[in-house]
Amino acid sequence: MGYKAKFRVWRGEGGEGRLEDFTVEVNEGEVVLDVIHRLQATQAPDLAVRWNCKAGKCGSCSMEINGKPRLGCMTRMSTFEETETITVTPMRTFPVIKDLVTDVSFNYQKAREIPSFTPPTDVKPGEYRMQQIDVERSQEFRKCIECFMCNNVCHVIRDHEENKPAFAGPRFLMRIAELDMHPYDTADRKESAQQDHGLGYCNITKCCTEVCPEHIKITDNALIPMKERVVDRKYDPLVWLGNKIFRRSG
Amino acid sequence: MEIERHEYDVVVIGAGGAGLRAAIEARQQGKRTAIICKSLFGKAHTVMAEGGAAAAMGNVNSDDNWMVHFRDTMRGGKFLNNWRMAELHAKEAPDRVWELEAWGALFDRTKDGKISQRNFGGHEYPRLAHVGDRTGLELIRTLQQRVVALQQEDEKLHGDPEAYIKVFAECTITRLLKDASSVHGKNGAISGAFGYWRETGKFVVFDAPAVVLATGGIGKSYVVTSNSWEYTGDGHALALLAGAQLINMEFIQFHPTGMVWPPSVRGILVTESVRGDGGVLRNSENRRFMFDYVPDVFKDKYATTEEEADRWYTDQANNRRPPELLPRDEVARAINAEVKAGRGSPQGGVFLDVSTRLPAAEIVKRLPSMHHQFKELADVDITKEPMQVGPTCHYIMGGVEVDADTGAASVPGLFAAGEVSGGMHGSNRLGGNSLSDLLVFGRRAGAGAAEYVNGLARRPAVSEAAVEDARAEALAPLERSGGENPYEVHHELQRTMNDLVGIIRKAEEISEALDAVEKLKERAQHTASPGGRIYNPGWHLALDLRNMLLVSECVARAALLREESRGGHTRDDYPKMSPEWRRKLLVCSATPDGDTVDVEERIQPSMRADLLALFDRTELSKYLTEGELTEYDAVKES
Ligand SMILES: Cc1cc2nc3c(=O)[nH]c(=O)nc-3n(C[C@H](O)[C@H](O)[C@H](O)COP(=O)(O)OP(=O)(O)OC[C@H]3O[C@@H](n4cnc5c(N)ncnc54)[C@H](O)[C@@H]3O)c2cc1C
Ligand code: SF4
Ligand code: SF4
Ligand code: FES
Repeated sequence: MGYKAKFRVWRGEGGEGRLEDFTVEVNEGEVVLDVIHRLQATQAPDLAVRWNCKAGKCGSCSMEINGKPRLGCMTRMSTFEETETITVTPMRTFPVIKDLVTDVSFNYQKAREIPSFTPPTDVKPGEYRMQQIDVERSQEFRKCIECFMCNNVCHVIRDHEENKPAFAGPRFLMRIAELDMHPYDTADRKESAQQDHGLGYCNITKCCTEVCPEHIKITDNALIPMKERVVDRKYDPLVWLGNKIFRRSG
Repeated sequence: MEIERHEYDVVVIGAGGAGLRAAIEARQQGKRTAIICKSLFGKAHTVMAEGGAAAAMGNVNSDDNWMVHFRDTMRGGKFLNNWRMAELHAKEAPDRVWELEAWGALFDRTKDGKISQRNFGGHEYPRLAHVGDRTGLELIRTLQQRVVALQQEDEKLHGDPEAYIKVFAECTITRLLKDASSVHGKNGAISGAFGYWRETGKFVVFDAPAVVLATGGIGKSYVVTSNSWEYTGDGHALALLAGAQLINMEFIQFHPTGMVWPPSVRGILVTESVRGDGGVLRNSENRRFMFDYVPDVFKDKYATTEEEADRWYTDQANNRRPPELLPRDEVARAINAEVKAGRGSPQGGVFLDVSTRLPAAEIVKRLPSMHHQFKELADVDITKEPMQVGPTCHYIMGGVEVDADTGAASVPGLFAAGEVSGGMHGSNRLGGNSLSDLLVFGRRAGAGAAEYVNGLARRPAVSEAAVEDARAEALAPLERSGGENPYEVHHELQRTMNDLVGIIRKAEEISEALDAVEKLKERAQHTASPGGRIYNPGWHLALDLRNMLLVSECVARAALLREESRGGHTRDDYPKMSPEWRRKLLVCSATPDGDTVDVEERIQPSMRADLLALFDRTELSKYLTEGELTEYDAVKES
């Protein structure tokens, strides 16, 4: 059942590094992360990789496999030919700390720039009433496991360091959409999405949607609707007010 | 070499549900608070929780209330629980869940717009607040976003978002520090914590009078587990080494349904919601075998026929529950027994089937991540075919002995909450009772720590000698060459615990495990980690070994002493529950070097009369000693 696979893994730290070749055993049913772990246990004990759940739930094991952003724990070895050389590199948009581990602090910085959930002051905990249908849109975005692969793949910041200060990336533009669609959020978010978080940079290429392991329709369901409403509002703010579902109770 | 230093009022070790809730509380009480975690922020184990958070809100069945929840929790734990914790938990869980909603959480809804609640094993009514099968993600993200909200507030007020609450991610604590004037005295107060940055390998000292442990569990001492690499029992070990006590360490929950195939995913959890939403267990003869395994204490609460069990899903008032929803220990043992009897599935588990029970679309909607997980990892479409499942090491009931109201451990300044604390769940935890436990006791520990700091006359001082010792201890594996491979030592420990101190235990096997652990301890002293200090997993593992070994020793020693079977502790040689043992806790302590672990018996305080009165005598007579029953009768009469 088992076979020997050829792996090329990026190794290095502090801005320097190279692809290193390994031949390593693979068993039935394994995923790329299993093979990386075998490398650690048998050939390269200090090989750095992040992981936690091994089940696609925590978004720690983001890496690029043959150039594509993937979760290492959800990429089956059976999707490759046995003879194929599998190249594993760190996410490209973020600075490498060591081997497959990158400095993703950009994302945490951006998370802090989005104004938090702003509920009305007169509703007490326990008194919230929302219909399933009204929470579902935001729930889709809250499935996000923060693997940051959408931000990694977005061409606005991939290889464009200079855009990073002005652009929150798909993950956090989606967070704005999520709050905007939250039945109890009272903040006005469209203007700031455009002005403060760089919604205008997005030219809806949908690359982010394609890599999302949670299959969230980032572009269609979060970014485009928000863009449309930003435009709407410029013509007639009342349209926006009228459209806002606010405190609907059942 | 200079060591990085920080000063805080409260240091919280752990950024799961318990740690975040504790930190939020400490910060809300005006304390300068640090949150330290081994992984990135938002990746703690809590993120993996699937089924839900138990809270008697009564949204789906208005008969539910804290007393019913309290009773279920005590029954689930086979009456060994710290009853005060079970009481506080049942009373406060609804407020803690509602509070999340005010912080932005979006739970699934009932028709009248309230938080929806689902059925789970051992809970009399639908009680688990949930979001599909990714409730833990919702919980941790909401708390994470609450921390961010507080930081935004602080930025406005003080110009610095991290003025009052700061996250130190990918930073591992290896030692707690105690007051310089009494380092070796048993009662010395906490003065801080020592650790290293995973990213750089550099050391860091936190100077703080209060430390809250919220480090989660110990599953990585077992091969087949639903737990991640973080679960190396660090908090348990840190507490022991600082002079605190652990209780109930013999009680480990093996979740009945882990994946069994392919081998590389063996142990990964299959949520209990599959059964809560109608899934059934079958053996190779296609029999719903759980009907054969309803124990006497639960006989009157569970259906005896498939028809009755099936009716229960739509009419709970007139039918009894399906036996698939017995507490986890019962189901895990039953599966184990079926497989042993040769009635298992081809890959060594049993069948869990939801495909014949719900329409495909409904399955995808209610159990999206299970659908995804099986499709991606095992090529199984759960809407069309059954899953194969078997027990997996999931949760430790045992942990740091704390004061129920404040989370305080016996060492002044040390607090614990969440999975690392012990008592709340007795000998077995009900599903969904952990997420609510994190919120209730996370908050209480944060408040307890804040209050403790308020009452201090003097800030305990960090002992420089202790810092130096901690530094030397941490550097040792890097400085050795040609020593033991830490991965191999780890693997051997996992096999030992899995095979010898697993679901079903025997005296000889446990003794054998203790001998093996003793040898592994010796080998762990000689591990060598090649490579440098920057993000070196081999080094990190070498340091975690100390904790895993210490905790494994506690588990095995306590398991050997407890000569009965109860909840997460099953002795083949003592298959019965004993009322005498129910009253007793096994309390572990260790010497500061961790060389010797000591286990003592202690009698539990009797349950408060008004709580005792919530049960009827027939039920209590299954658990209590004659003497305790006499007390009960006296109470009832007065
Ligand atoms: C797959 C799965 C599904 C589950 N489903 C449910 C469910 O549906 N309902 C339910 O109630 N319970 C469930 N549980 C149990 C529940 O999720 C856990 O018990 C709970 O999340 C533990 O939370 P915690 O806050 O105690 O610790 P965790 O969330 O595990 O957090 C521990 C934290 O401590 C940090 N840490 C550990 N050691 C150190 C150290 N040395 N230095 C610094 N930081 C450290 C870690 O980095 C982490 O941040 C599930 C568990 C699993 C594994
Ligand atoms: S759709 Fe927009 S956000 Fe997504 S990758 Fe393209 S440009 Fe970036
Ligand atoms: S939106 Fe999808 S791709 Fe982006 S961080 Fe979240 S889970 Fe990852
Ligand atoms: S390890 Fe959690 S997503 Fe891969």
